[in-house]
Amino acid sequence: MPSPALSTLDAAPPAPGAVLLNDFSLQVATVNGSGSQSSNLVLLRTLFQMGIPISGKNLFPSNIAGLPTWYTIRASRHGYVARKKEIDFLIALNPETARDDVAALAPGAAVLYDEPLALAGLRSDLAWYPVPFDKLVAPVCPEAKLRKLVRNMIYVGVAAHLMDMEMPEVERALRQQFRKKKKAADLNWAAVLAGYEFARATFPQKDRCRLARMDATRGKIVIEGNAAAALGCLFAGVTVVAWYPITPSSSLCEYLIGYLKQYRLTPEGKATFAVVQAEDELAAVGMVMGAGWMGARSMTSTSGPGISLMAEFTGLGYYAEIPAVIFDVQRVGPSTGLPTRTAQGDLAFTASLSHGDTRHLVLLPGSVEECYRLGLEAFDYAERYQTPVFVLSDLDLGMNHWMAEPFAYPDQPWDRGKVLTAADLDRLQGDWARYRDVDGDGIGYRTLPGTDHPQAAFFTRGSGHSDRAQYSERADDYAANMARLLHKWNGAREHLPPPKLERDAAGEIGILAYGSSHPAVEEALDQLAAEAGLHAAYLRLRAYPFAAAVAEFVRRFPRVYVVDQNRDGQMHGLLALDLGAELALRLRSVRHYNGLPLDARSLTDAILAQEGR
Amino acid sequence: MASTAAPPPKLNRIGLPQHDYRGAKTTLCAGCGHNAISERIIDACFEMGVHPHRFVKLSGIGCSSKSPAYFLGRSFGFNSVHGRMPSVATGAVLANHTLQALGVSGDGDTASIGMGQFIHLMRRNLPLIYIIEDNGVYGLTKGQFSATADLGSLQKSGVINDLPPLDTCALAVLSGATFVARSFSGDKRQLTAILKAALAHRGTVMIDVISPCVTFNDHEGSTKSYKYVMDHEEPLQEVSFIPAFTEIAVDYDPGTTLDVAMHDGSHLRLRKLAHDFDPGDPQRALQVLTEAHRGGEVLTGIFYIDTAKPDFVTQLGLVDQPLAQLPLEAVRPPRAVLDEIMRAHA
Repeated sequence: MPSPALSTLDAAPPAPGAVLLNDFSLQVATVNGSGSQSSNLVLLRTLFQMGIPISGKNLFPSNIAGLPTWYTIRASRHGYVARKKEIDFLIALNPETARDDVAALAPGAAVLYDEPLALAGLRSDLAWYPVPFDKLVAPVCPEAKLRKLVRNMIYVGVAAHLMDMEMPEVERALRQQFRKKKKAADLNWAAVLAGYEFARATFPQKDRCRLARMDATRGKIVIEGNAAAALGCLFAGVTVVAWYPITPSSSLCEYLIGYLKQYRLTPEGKATFAVVQAEDELAAVGMVMGAGWMGARSMTSTSGPGISLMAEFTGLGYYAEIPAVIFDVQRVGPSTGLPTRTAQGDLAFTASLSHGDTRHLVLLPGSVEECYRLGLEAFDYAERYQTPVFVLSDLDLGMNHWMAEPFAYPDQPWDRGKVLTAADLDRLQGDWARYRDVDGDGIGYRTLPGTDHPQAAFFTRGSGHSDRAQYSERADDYAANMARLLHKWNGAREHLPPPKLERDAAGEIGILAYGSSHPAVEEALDQLAAEAGLHAAYLRLRAYPFAAAVAEFVRRFPRVYVVDQNRDGQMHGLLALDLGAELALRLRSVRHYNGLPLDARSLTDAILAQEGR
Repeated sequence: MASTAAPPPKLNRIGLPQHDYRGAKTTLCAGCGHNAISERIIDACFEMGVHPHRFVKLSGIGCSSKSPAYFLGRSFGFNSVHGRMPSVATGAVLANHTLQALGVSGDGDTASIGMGQFIHLMRRNLPLIYIIEDNGVYGLTKGQFSATADLGSLQKSGVINDLPPLDTCALAVLSGATFVARSFSGDKRQLTAILKAALAHRGTVMIDVISPCVTFNDHEGSTKSYKYVMDHEEPLQEVSFIPAFTEIAVDYDPGTTLDVAMHDGSHLRLRKLAHDFDPGDPQRALQVLTEAHRGGEVLTGIFYIDTAKPDFVTQLGLVDQPLAQLPLEAVRPPRAVLDEIMRAHA
């Protein structure tokens, strides 16, 4: 089959009601625990293999089985991968939510549904595809107890027909999904074919949501942010991992454990790593502190409630200057909040986590590639600055499926920071103090336990200390130490991942955003230009504290919109404090906090409203 | 010719004088039991020939947790946060399991705020000597009862403790520690012997040392005062320790003395006193601890020892070299691995 180029597809702008070619959003509404994830991943992979840009988002409840769950796949010939607010094609299999799901659709959308739900009478402005799932699955799956598992493959076959999926790609995706289970693959493929044949005979018209091969995914990968972050840790050379299970961060350490077991055993089967499932997050981060003090590359991963518990220890890490890497895969708070929904609500808290004057380094990955890259670099920063480093991901980035270019192998060795050996101590002849600023960057030289030298040892403590690490309550010792810590933190500004000018424009408005907001911002920029003729520049923040380039960006525009996925505009607040009063007046806050991933339409509308357009 | 020079100090088996095992001057109260424990740690490490550079000391928060600054000044120390020393020690030991680690905690630091981490430390059998300097009160905050204070014990202010104590030894036995003992800061001989045996053990050693607080809990009516403990101490066995490096063979009577062979070839000898006691039986350990409480005795000695159970480092199958010191090529998989993983996601 010939592959139409992107430009060919774009040649004919879609008329109202016309075919949505490679540009729609498909939602599967099921019951949690009903095994629909395999079917959804087959759909996602099929589109990806057909060269069509995709993203897949799982909206799931905090529940093992029985509550509603939705999986959304977006196909976008433009390459947009943010959540699309409107659903164009609904697969309705959950009796509990079907009516609400249908009511939420825009006119012209399609509904593929389980026939007994009898939804077709609900609205007259939708396309209806009733499918007798039970009737179709029975002949292909004689074993009744397996039917529940393969039943969902019926909708794959029906959708394949209605949308013009390439069946060889469907089969390839399915066999990849069940690559270790040939019998299961055969059974599921039979169910797909049953759905496909039924649809071909029943719905010859096909739907307006249509697919055709493109060439926009060649060489790309599909991966979750948590797997990407785990790879960052693996290639950073992490050796001590301590964690406590919590949604949505658990899979990060679980992926990491899998990689470590596969790639980090010696030929004799010995481990070059230690993993501890701790008794709680306090213990997890305590273990990371102990390991970091000892000189190991150590990490933990958690989410908001765990971050709350880690406050005391990370203050110790800041004050006693101990390297640590802490991934925070954010979910909706406060308190237990919405444990399976996404937010950027921990930003302000982690930036100064702990009592007293504490300031941390925070990295802000905006893609799965950056979950890998910044995850890897976080270990260098932690050891270079001898301090805890937070990597702020979120549920959307961490647990959903994203396309990316294959990750690049690190082209640099690691940076272990300033560590003195016994030979160094000999050379210094006793002229060493653990917390003395020798180089003017606020970073002292440390020694590691086990260093065989009579002057190597020092006493690490969270209480007041002199530059020789001796207990001190002296006012000048305390003040000098705190000033040095601030100097060290400020010194990181120009060395952390710099902000990235994603789009430049000479107009009146700028946009500052970070993390998983990135794909929605990119799409919103196009919407603002196309719909209102507004050409905005966009600077993506990738670390806190901010580099000077952030102030320079803000200075260029009378109005700068700061995009936050939290109620209080936390990045807006941090920026306002950092930039000072004059520049802070240029900042405007755009806040999205309903637990759903940010979508471009909401963002565009919010900016247009503030612009008075 | 001057002939009045002091005699050269006695050197231990690795050629160090005892002075090399001392720390900073204590800031605890004169007469504090904790200072005596620091002295015993110095004695045991000196006599066993522990290398100070191969030793780390960790603690939580409180009077007890200040004490690591007062012994082994040539060793690295880490005074962490309240009740959380076990986790810090766990990370440290896993990062470098070739060093000897010793943690000092108190009864407040362990039995209240630190109870969760304490139990999980025991459960993992991390190779660590965990000492509770147990005086039944919070000293730094001026004398509130801790959770090891005995029922009916009198506080200096006149308040009587009306809650039962937690027995950290019983909890340690139940939780999986492989060496559980109780001693008294004033019992120099027993405490030194237990500490030496602890240095030879592979696994978690939990030693609850009754250590009177001379300022807040040494009065009439307190069950943790020097007088009370001296009057009520009941040794379970006579503890002696024969290091592996000693060349003197010490005979013993198998009828009255139990010999425990330690990992490093040394021997722990437990001579029976009033009790017929097998320290390999956790049920029996719990029984004597319960009976001692009932009888108002301060029972000391080694309640439980298991030299066979693998420690946490062994369970995790770690490489011999410290994880913290592995070179880049040992911990960063080659490019081909990343390529392989990328292909699996394509």
